[in-house]
Amino acid sequence: MLEAWQFISKRPELLLGWTLDHLQITFVAIAIAVPLGITLGIYITGKGRQQTADIVLYLAEIMMTIPSLALFGLLMILLASMGMSTIGFLPAIIALIVYGQLPILRNTYTAIKGVDPAMIEAAKGMGMEERQILFKIKLPLSAPVIIAGLRNSIVLIIGIAAIATLIGAGGLGVPIFRGLRNARMDLIIVGGISVSILALLADGFMAFVERRVTPRGLRVKVKP
Amino acid sequence: MIRLENITKVYPDGTEAVRGMSFKVNEGELCVFLGPSGCGKTTTMKMINRLIPITSGKIYIDGVDNTKIDETELRRNIGYAIQEIGLFTHMTVGENIEIVPALKGWSKAERRERAENLLELMRLNPGEFIDKYPSELSGGQRQRVGVARALGADPSMLLMDEPFGAIDPITRVELQSEFLKIQQKIKKTIIFVTHDIYEAIKMGDRIALMKEGKLVQYDTPANILYHPKDEFVEGFVGADRALKGLQLLRVKEVMTSSPPVAQAEETVEVIRERMEREGVDSLAIVGNDRKFIGLVDVSDLRDGKAVKDIMSPSATTFTVNAVLSEALSVMLSSGLKALPIVGEDSKFEGVLTFDAIQKALHEAVETKELK
Repeated sequence: MLEAWQFISKRPELLLGWTLDHLQITFVAIAIAVPLGITLGIYITGKGRQQTADIVLYLAEIMMTIPSLALFGLLMILLASMGMSTIGFLPAIIALIVYGQLPILRNTYTAIKGVDPAMIEAAKGMGMEERQILFKIKLPLSAPVIIAGLRNSIVLIIGIAAIATLIGAGGLGVPIFRGLRNARMDLIIVGGISVSILALLADGFMAFVERRVTPRGLRVKVKP
Repeated sequence: MIRLENITKVYPDGTEAVRGMSFKVNEGELCVFLGPSGCGKTTTMKMINRLIPITSGKIYIDGVDNTKIDETELRRNIGYAIQEIGLFTHMTVGENIEIVPALKGWSKAERRERAENLLELMRLNPGEFIDKYPSELSGGQRQRVGVARALGADPSMLLMDEPFGAIDPITRVELQSEFLKIQQKIKKTIIFVTHDIYEAIKMGDRIALMKEGKLVQYDTPANILYHPKDEFVEGFVGADRALKGLQLLRVKEVMTSSPPVAQAEETVEVIRERMEREGVDSLAIVGNDRKFIGLVDVSDLRDGKAVKDIMSPSATTFTVNAVLSEALSVMLSSGLKALPIVGEDSKFEGVLTFDAIQKALHEAVETKELK
């Protein structure tokens, strides 16, 4: 522990660099994964898309079960066959996006499907169009659950980004794996704790957002 | 006016939900769709605002084929109320009521004013309720908001699918009576779906009784009760139609109008003498403006006392437009032999007695069955 502290005080610029790299990868991955997951999640709730939904959710679940290392390996083959760079930033981002999909997709889908059908029928009966029903009724009512999905996904992406180091993407995985190779406990601790702190901060922030987006009508106490 | 012409609904799986339904709902009338579950009443209603597409036949709204009207336009011009669950829980009472006006592009101020007026009409204090959320309201209050929301943009027609379905029987009877009063003022053309025959008789100008997707009888409540077309209607109406008939009669049609009254300043002796002469057991005490003040019963008469000392000022009263069955139930539960009846302006109008009720019922059954 002491050694880890000594390392940080001696080479703060190294830690800062890794952290910034890590943040960069995760930010880019989240910035793509979130809108993609929500859009896809909304899309598969559409009329007559039950089958599509089943397939998409099933695929997302399978992706989650592939060990991250194996997924990186698979991506390398896939990218190589398309003549693209197989190491570094791009494959890392793609893998993180794939991993982040399931919680977002599943929560978006379940939340929207869970909106009381009577409410939707009332909306239709009053002359709201599909788009208005989505933005004024379905999404506000689903927001807390969707945000909970984002929260899961973001924490997951921050954690798995550490493994992306293995394909040369940089980030806080660098000290962890360097430490493992050279039996440098201080490096492992510095990397490990930093990733955890990032994840906790993101989680705390998302918990705050989750509370904020919960419509007031759903927060007020229900009369006995 | 709503006119259905040979409406049929067949679902893709071959189920025939509605078969050859034709009738007309007149301007300003409340038409009840009545029948056991699965009779097609809700399906028929939803074909009017095209929530369910028609398989064959035509529905005319004020003479216009409803498939020729833009779907959302059609729905925005027909109020829609369903059981309380249809309120949007993430919106305030005000926002719920303002939905259709907002969709139609009313300004914020207009919308807000409309919402306040409607809350007042539904006897909910706007200041107290407009910013509340549905989860903070009682079942009855939610139902009122549901009706207010249906009236949002002042449509000339309303579709109401068991709007008072999910509340306790007492609140339900109150809401029905209130809604009838409101309907007398606003005179909307209303389709009202229910499976409750009591509600149908009380609310309907006309009843469309349905069975297995077919219209069995389309008639006034009285004719449904006293001239059932076939065994199904007779069975649905039930054996106790005399009792159900009580829903058809208003207090004012049965009460004894301008019965003898007394004034608060008169003496007990004078009153006793008047009771004997008129052959009554109780007298209503009225003020100079004929405002109802109280009731005095023969058993309370004590010589030497003034009327104002022995009368019961808090006596229950009923209004002239109340439904007879409700007045009767109050008389039975409170033990009153004569129920004082007042007008909307709380002026004394008459008394309701058991004798009068019995006589009216007897006449109703006899004359209507002879017809």
